[in-house]
Amino acid sequence: MAGWLFPLTLAAALVAVYRPFGDHLYRVVTGARHHRIERGVYRLVGVDASTGQTWGVYARSVLAFSAVSVLFLYAFLRLQDRLWLSLGLPAVADHIAWNTAVSFVTNTNWQAYSGESTMGHLVQMAGLTVQNFVSASVGIAVAVVLMRGFAARGEKLLGNFWVDLTRITLRVLLPLSVLFALVFMVGGVVQNLSGGVDVTTLTGGAQHITGGPVASQEVIKELGTNGGGFYNANSAHPFENPTAWTNWLQVFLILLIPFSLPRVFGRMVGQNRQGYAIVAVMAILALGSIALTVGFETHGAGTVPQAVGAAMEGKETRFGVANSAAFAAATTLTSTGAVNSFHDSYTALGGMMPLVNMMLGEVAPGGVGSGLYGMLILAVITVFVAGLMVGRTPEYLGKRIQAREIKLASLYFLVTPLVVLVGTAAAFATGNAATALNAGPHGLSEVLYAFTSAGNNNGSAFAGITVNTRWWDTALGLAMLFGRFLPMILVLALAGSLARQRPAPASDGTLPTHQPLFVGMVAGVTVVLVALTFLPALALGPLAEGLR
Amino acid sequence: MTTTLNDLVDVGPAPEPPTRPVGAGLLDPGQLWRSLPGALRKLDPRVMWRNPVMFIVEVGAVFTTVLSIAGPSVFAWAITVWLWLTVIFANLAEAVAEGRGKAQAAALRNAKQDTIAYLRDGREIPATGLAQGDVVIVGAGQIIPGDGDVIEGIASVDESAITGESAPVIRESGGDRSAVTGGTRVLSDRIVVRITQKPGESFVDRMIALVEGANRQKTPNEIALNILLAALTIIFLLAVVTLQPLAIFSKAYQAAAPDTTAVDGDGVTGIVLVSLLVCLIPTTIGALLSAIGIAGMDRLVQRNVLAMSGRAVEAAGDVDTLLLDKTGTITLGNRQAAEFVPVDGVDRLALADAAQLSSLADETPEGRSIVVLAENEHGLRDREPGRLSDATFVPFTAQTRMSGVDLGSRRIRKGAAAAVTKWARANGGHPAEQVGAIVDMISDSGGTPLVVAENDRVLGVIHLKDVVKPGMRDRFGEMRRMGIRTVMITGDNPRTAAAIAAEAGVDDFLAEATPEDKLAYIRKEQEGGRLVAMTGDGTNDAPALAQADVGVAMNTGTSAAKEAGNMVDLDSDPTKLIEIVEIGKQLLITRGALTTFSIANDIAKYFAIIPAMFATVYPGLDLLNIMRLHSPGSAILSAVIFNAIVIVFLIPLALRGVRYRPSSASVLLRRNLLVYGLGGVITPFLGIKLIDLLIQLIPGI
Repeated sequence: MAGWLFPLTLAAALVAVYRPFGDHLYRVVTGARHHRIERGVYRLVGVDASTGQTWGVYARSVLAFSAVSVLFLYAFLRLQDRLWLSLGLPAVADHIAWNTAVSFVTNTNWQAYSGESTMGHLVQMAGLTVQNFVSASVGIAVAVVLMRGFAARGEKLLGNFWVDLTRITLRVLLPLSVLFALVFMVGGVVQNLSGGVDVTTLTGGAQHITGGPVASQEVIKELGTNGGGFYNANSAHPFENPTAWTNWLQVFLILLIPFSLPRVFGRMVGQNRQGYAIVAVMAILALGSIALTVGFETHGAGTVPQAVGAAMEGKETRFGVANSAAFAAATTLTSTGAVNSFHDSYTALGGMMPLVNMMLGEVAPGGVGSGLYGMLILAVITVFVAGLMVGRTPEYLGKRIQAREIKLASLYFLVTPLVVLVGTAAAFATGNAATALNAGPHGLSEVLYAFTSAGNNNGSAFAGITVNTRWWDTALGLAMLFGRFLPMILVLALAGSLARQRPAPASDGTLPTHQPLFVGMVAGVTVVLVALTFLPALALGPLAEGLR
Repeated sequence: MTTTLNDLVDVGPAPEPPTRPVGAGLLDPGQLWRSLPGALRKLDPRVMWRNPVMFIVEVGAVFTTVLSIAGPSVFAWAITVWLWLTVIFANLAEAVAEGRGKAQAAALRNAKQDTIAYLRDGREIPATGLAQGDVVIVGAGQIIPGDGDVIEGIASVDESAITGESAPVIRESGGDRSAVTGGTRVLSDRIVVRITQKPGESFVDRMIALVEGANRQKTPNEIALNILLAALTIIFLLAVVTLQPLAIFSKAYQAAAPDTTAVDGDGVTGIVLVSLLVCLIPTTIGALLSAIGIAGMDRLVQRNVLAMSGRAVEAAGDVDTLLLDKTGTITLGNRQAAEFVPVDGVDRLALADAAQLSSLADETPEGRSIVVLAENEHGLRDREPGRLSDATFVPFTAQTRMSGVDLGSRRIRKGAAAAVTKWARANGGHPAEQVGAIVDMISDSGGTPLVVAENDRVLGVIHLKDVVKPGMRDRFGEMRRMGIRTVMITGDNPRTAAAIAAEAGVDDFLAEATPEDKLAYIRKEQEGGRLVAMTGDGTNDAPALAQADVGVAMNTGTSAAKEAGNMVDLDSDPTKLIEIVEIGKQLLITRGALTTFSIANDIAKYFAIIPAMFATVYPGLDLLNIMRLHSPGSAILSAVIFNAIVIVFLIPLALRGVRYRPSSASVLLRRNLLVYGLGGVITPFLGIKLIDLLIQLIPGI
């Protein structure tokens, strides 16, 4: 029973902040005034903050910014041995540097390295943490553009990328990060610039106890659904996530922005109920997934769990089974990828759930921004089929869903299965899957998980597979790159296409998109589409292992 | 104004507004057989290419044919045969849909044959040689050689070749009844016609192309749906192709597992891989999509409506606002006497008597209705104009604006209030103040007052009413539930218009409407993002017809109107606009419902095929075999057979369209989701199990 307290209190907290925090986000992205600091930033970068951009210009800005970010981060990692605070660590190997640069810019935070033994403090702070902020802002900005597309009445200009980026970073992410970093420090998360201390343990052994700016990176890791841990052990490490209540707070921060963005959507299109409908779909899928994950883990079959009474392998005793399972669900339902337990050690079906969560396209509630635009694309597909069934050219919020819109939405849907399935198949076909620790279905799950995580920009690892080879780093880097930016371009194009249309007024003949029937239908379409795409692969992995 | 038509012609008893829902048109089994050759011809890859989903199936069928020849087995050949049948069934659906229009087209072609055109300058040329602007003479018994306008003369024309209506119609120069259609026959008199069509683009040519489904353009929603289906096909292609390395890996891990028809050391066999792909891609809707489109057009043709493009049919389903002419559409088209209102001191019977006497010779519908009302309400029968000696009937003229009768000293007049009271005064009378009050009251209620006077005395007023057609109010209620606003267009003054609008239950009205007003109203609606439909027949309707998203021109109308609209109603029944909207909606619903059905089917197919493929490798997966199918071979074959047969079973539905009753979007969605979504999940479980029970008896499966 105590296991359910964790998700229930979380749900209550998220319900409580939905309106105030969503309204704050709405004001940030719609406000007309620029702060003095922001004006300084615009002058520095040379941006005219008063001009709007078409979707094409916006997309080019996103791509240019991200390309520069990748190059900068790559250079940073390659040159770390010549910079301050490197703690004597060597330059990062080229394939790992490429993989890491792409990983952090794409908001994936897949880590093909072990943080404490690879990265110095300066790279962690000025390289990785900065990307944690801006990659999250980019995601939110793209989602905001799609909302503007729905709300537009025939305009072409959809806002200014540089303004959105600056405002979201400075007015939303930074203040919350400062605040919660202090809270985490109170909870025991470390925050210093020490290179660590060497101690002799009680048993006489030598141990190196690391230090570092952990708390400052920890908050944005969750808040921006990044997931890249300071330490290899991520949120399972006591310096990152020391207590049960910091664990609760971490999950809360993971879900905060993704679950509040539908409020912004509702306000943007002038109908709050549309936001409620979207958040309802997210909540149904999320609650279902959390319930299944916790259920599988607490009642999971297996030799070890039954012998010791609980599936505790790979889990921290300070969190327990239920809270670990809930964390695993939350981190994969969003594009976070932080972990406080090891998914590889989960029961077969319990371990399938994080996989399924990511395969849903991370839309319940998904990454910051990316979750909402993924969900809205699903809603567009649903509207199309449902709209035909009511005998009208399908319309969503007064915008007609016709060939161009369906083309963009369908392509969006092709990207992830393409990346995940082709990547997985290629790993097996080329023999690179052999780096998996396990053979048989569990090994298959490990490989499938790696590409699912990279393609969906999640970044969590099933673990149990060696991925810092040249092939894996290159392949997963490409998966992350395609999995992030192709959908973004398609979403921006869709926003442009929707914005050009003048909305048609709703009537009794229009498909209502705020009623339970539609909410259920979107959830159903999401599950069925994913089941149909990935069921064969799942059958040979976790299902083969778990069904007895 | 459009009302002129009905003022001039007695349109006869108004047709009952149709109350049955759109539907009907059953499939004759013989039709399937007759369409088979056409279906086989469509196997040509160059034709199949246009339907990507079925093209994939055909490629798969070719592939399994090669595999079956290389390694023959009962299972391999059974799958191959059923894959080919899947393709043929899809082609059959399209061929049957096209076949229904063929007979009609043949009849139309006959009307076109061998017509000779007699030019006014004396030349005789074949009708096919006519150019735009040629002037021809058509006499009694001759066939009109091409579409055009009558510029001289008047004739009765038999248009049954086009409309199916055997009663002849009048065509005359000038006005709104000047258009004639090539292929129709002049019955009496002689007319001179200026040809307006380009060679080969006559109305009949277009009609033939339309009913045959030749050069059918895909409509916007169809294109969008095709894109979605193509995307789903690609996703499933990916899922199936990328399965192979995983299957090889799994089989190698469980090397002890026996080889089956589905999986061996080389992974999933080619035959089973193709079967899985064909079962997953949306073949059901892919097979029926074009048949649905053709059948939708055909349903319009069956109702004697010609849509110039499929786009217009779809737009009809999207219509938000219907502009309907009052006269002939909402009301019966002529006013009827409803009541005799006497002034104080006059007996009602006396008024009825005078009114009837004055109308005995009046052959207008209004006049007849006065006679009938007096008969029915006051028993004044057996009065014929001929029986009254010394009666002199005074006909209506535009100058006097009244008519009546002189019976010896009794001089009775009825007519417009101002004219009759003036006449009574001229005879020395002093009409009561009350007359004005009654006249105003009747006008306010939307009626037309006719004042009756005898010599110097005004007796009272006849209340003529515009009678709203029975059932129209319910019809407009239905429209409202469908989210469609109905707007009444009338030349009446706003007061009258408001009263009739209230009685008919329309949402809005446009009174004293000029063609410019109509155009402005349409533009205003469109600027608000609404789609507008209207009917029209006069030349002055042409701009509005062209502006409207759905413009239905009456066949009796002018060429200009027919050119401007995007549909022509051969029956010239303005009420049909409502049916057209329903057909448009039904077309979209059928597509959406079958798409949902098709995708929902996949769930059951997975439960058949995945355990069939992998249960020998991982025995735990046999738990997914919830249908308890006989063997891997029978399970896969059952899924493939079900996938093929369901196409044939759904052909009638595709041709007829799904059941449609006007209702709100939520109600429609709930119903269709239940029937085609839930039904689509459950049906294949039953169907596959049933087929499995039968085919497990075949040796070798």
